[in-house]
Amino acid sequence: MVAYALRKLIFTCIVLLGAATCSFILLHLIPGDTAEALAGPQASVEDVENLRRSLGLDRPLSEQYFIYLSNLAKGNLGSSYRTKRTVAEEIAARWPATLMLSCTSLLVAVVIGIPIGVYAAIKRGSFLDTISMIAAFIGVSMPSFWLGLILIVVFSIKLGLFPYYGRESLLSYVLPSLTLGLAVAANIARLTRASMLDVLNQDYIRTARGKGLKESRVILVHALRNASIPIVTIIGLQWGFLLGGQVVTETVFSWPGIGRMIVDALLTRDLQIVQGGILVMALTFTVLNLLTDISYAILDPRIRL
Amino acid sequence: MKRYEILNNPSLLLGLFILLALILISVIGPYFVSSPYTQNTSIKFTPPGRDYLLGTDNFGRDVLSRLVVGAKYSLSAGLVSVAIGTFGGLLLGAPAGYYGKYIDNIIMLLCDIMLAFPGIILSMAIVMVLGPGIYTPMLAVGISSIPLFTRLVRAQVLSLRDAPFVEAARSTGAGDLRIIFKHLLPNCMGPIIIQATLRMGSAILMAATLSFLGMGAQPPEPEWGAMLNAARPYLRTSPYLAIFPGLAITITVIGINLVGDGLRDYLDPKLRER
Repeated sequence: MVAYALRKLIFTCIVLLGAATCSFILLHLIPGDTAEALAGPQASVEDVENLRRSLGLDRPLSEQYFIYLSNLAKGNLGSSYRTKRTVAEEIAARWPATLMLSCTSLLVAVVIGIPIGVYAAIKRGSFLDTISMIAAFIGVSMPSFWLGLILIVVFSIKLGLFPYYGRESLLSYVLPSLTLGLAVAANIARLTRASMLDVLNQDYIRTARGKGLKESRVILVHALRNASIPIVTIIGLQWGFLLGGQVVTETVFSWPGIGRMIVDALLTRDLQIVQGGILVMALTFTVLNLLTDISYAILDPRIRL
Repeated sequence: MKRYEILNNPSLLLGLFILLALILISVIGPYFVSSPYTQNTSIKFTPPGRDYLLGTDNFGRDVLSRLVVGAKYSLSAGLVSVAIGTFGGLLLGAPAGYYGKYIDNIIMLLCDIMLAFPGIILSMAIVMVLGPGIYTPMLAVGISSIPLFTRLVRAQVLSLRDAPFVEAARSTGAGDLRIIFKHLLPNCMGPIIIQATLRMGSAILMAATLSFLGMGAQPPEPEWGAMLNAARPYLRTSPYLAIFPGLAITITVIGINLVGDGLRDYLDPKLRER
């Protein structure tokens, strides 16, 4: 277990180094002159050159890369070209908002998705099974930002129930969490149903029923626990998907998180911010995948890492 | 696949019907509607009604004609990006699975690095490199899906590499390239085609997302994601502007997913969902 975790950790570091390099190369391939864009249309040639020198953009790319890496090793992500605050500060200011939103969205997804999936599997072929599976199918085929816009129109503009801008109170979590959570709930419901159907046909379920256990215990303990490995996998993977989905959802709801920060920074060429944001996203994504791997062992004692 | 099997699967039929209808609309539809670019501010924000079935937008442009003309962008986004992803996946996955060892290690490490980013972020960065435009989201989504296809092709090739028919081909003196292209790849196309079809839906969603974020298609192109972005300031006064383009995207993706699920049921019964 320890050796496995250690091997995984080293591998993760290599992947992250690659990700940092990859984002560095990509962002420097973006056409256009960063110094010129930052200085604005009124700036003189001299101003632009001064700005370029002060940001270190006049040095060769290889030198910039090594400066970037050595700063990274010291935990220094650089500072924003625009606000002059350090990237770490910018990220720290937005990170809680992003993390909270992904937690509430996942909560929505699990609370809606698993019961529907379990119920649909038990009542296979019933009217509710059909309806919920059609709904789940539509849910995975829908652009999340469109769902967000519709929720805004219905619950915010027409009914005036929830705010759709920013993050002032707990109520402002409702619409973004639903937007992100419903698509994931659809995925979880479909997979829970399929995986429960697999398990419900097994001999040990017949045995459990045969020895007179209550049906609720058969379903919740004997069936659901055995069906949970693919479900946990999908939840882990979907958490990564949530992170990507947050980029869009945060933009729709003007949410002060990392996703919107990256979009804004990309559009304004604040490359240090983009780079830092992308790296933090990649780190979170990779750590989530690692945790998903490790959680298998806890759920299924047969798997030894 | 036998004909009666197709007829017995209503969801596959529905999916095919939706897709054929969309292809028909995107090919001949533009000849039947007015120009999607003509502005007429005297009729702006006309709600859906008899004159303008789906209403007009903030420049007085007919929403229906914009949707009809925009259909080809979404359909081709699905096709082009999946074609790029599949082609790249074959190119990288086949040697990785066939040769193994350090070739495999290097290619898989590259894939893991690309997969360390959420797909949308990678696509956004690629779009910025390529510059905004109607075709760049398709390229970006295609490139960012290459690692997924590479893994799939590699797994397929790996599972067949030591099969008797490959052994037989090798003993007749076939070279590596011949074995890969003539023997291995044709035998692992089933799962790849299924994956490609299923991927097409998410590729359309991703391309629309990029345009929605202002990084893909630019105004006045009638791309559906860009139309939704343009509708955002008018949610309060003209919510219908935000409804129809999203509905169009959803229907397209539903059609593709229905076909993908149906194909999977026939080509790979092991994966069949109950």
